[in-house]
Amino acid sequence: MTQSADPQVVARKDWMSVLAKAPAARLSALMPDVPAHDVLRPAEVGSVMVQGRIGSTGAAFNLGEMTVTRCSVRLPGGAVGHAYVQGRDKGHAIRAAVVDALMQTDAADRLSRMVLAPLQAEAAVARSMRAGKAAATKVDFFTMVRGEDQ
Amino acid sequence: MTQDALSGGFATAPLQSARAFRALLEAMARPGTIWPIEGAMPPAPLSIAAGTAILTLVDATTPLHLAGAADCPTVRDWVTFHTGAPVCDAADATFAVGSWDALQPVARFRIGLPDYPDRSVTLIIETDVLGQTGARLTGPGIRDATHLSLPETATFRANRALFPLGFDAYLTCGDRIAGLPRSTRVEES
Repeated sequence: MTQSADPQVVARKDWMSVLAKAPAARLSALMPDVPAHDVLRPAEVGSVMVQGRIGSTGAAFNLGEMTVTRCSVRLPGGAVGHAYVQGRDKGHAIRAAVVDALMQTDAADRLSRMVLAPLQAEAAVARSMRAGKAAATKVDFFTMVRGEDQ
Repeated sequence: MTQDALSGGFATAPLQSARAFRALLEAMARPGTIWPIEGAMPPAPLSIAAGTAILTLVDATTPLHLAGAADCPTVRDWVTFHTGAPVCDAADATFAVGSWDALQPVARFRIGLPDYPDRSVTLIIETDVLGQTGARLTGPGIRDATHLSLPETATFRANRALFPLGFDAYLTCGDRIAGLPRSTRVEES
């Protein structure tokens, strides 16, 4: 996978990321009806190895496996959507793939407003709450000045 | 990526791949017998049998060589999307698919090592006709003798002489498949 600076690719990565991490129940609440679609690759559960880098710059190490569900769909208009979502909820994967496909059509604006914006806002709130909780446990260390140095 | 390359996979992968795998096992265990196999709808020029065999046997750990007309962008994309298999040169291939003429010379494929005879290629040979006539087959898995329409016999006789090294082959035609392992003795009838 090469890094791409194409704004379309970056935008698509963003919404796929939001959908992948969104709670399945919340996505199905925001999008109760799934539009008609052809299934290219039925939803299937598997696992992927998550890699990490200490400090984002160290050598890659295997953090552990996580369960993911993937799915690929095609809309009647021809747009193809893919999804890899966390967990084993197949409905989540199908909805995420349909949203990915719809985001490449004229429905993008409406969908972005109705589905993606609330998910993004909730994810941001959850992130800041967790960061706030973590910040409350922060300890500032300082060096005690000892007498013999003076 | 073209549209054709994305459709035509298994709709119910667990069931269809299990049925296809059974057909592939039976075909290889009983050389010369012809089995129905279906499930995949691969892009042209692959046959249903060859496409189903690829979806069932090939994955990211088994490099696939596309020979001749099979080496087109649509087939490459289809294989990549549905199996994740790397498309490679003949010398590195674990599986190879194409017509018999396109697969020639077969000497460029891996035949395994004396310590690891399993590190060899399995050829999926696309044929226009597949019937139980023609070359005479004997050997393991065959009671007395059977016949199978092979494109030629000299290459398969030479392959048998390499035993336990050599390649294994599937012959496909439409939605039917037959197996020809390296252990089978082939003679002109």
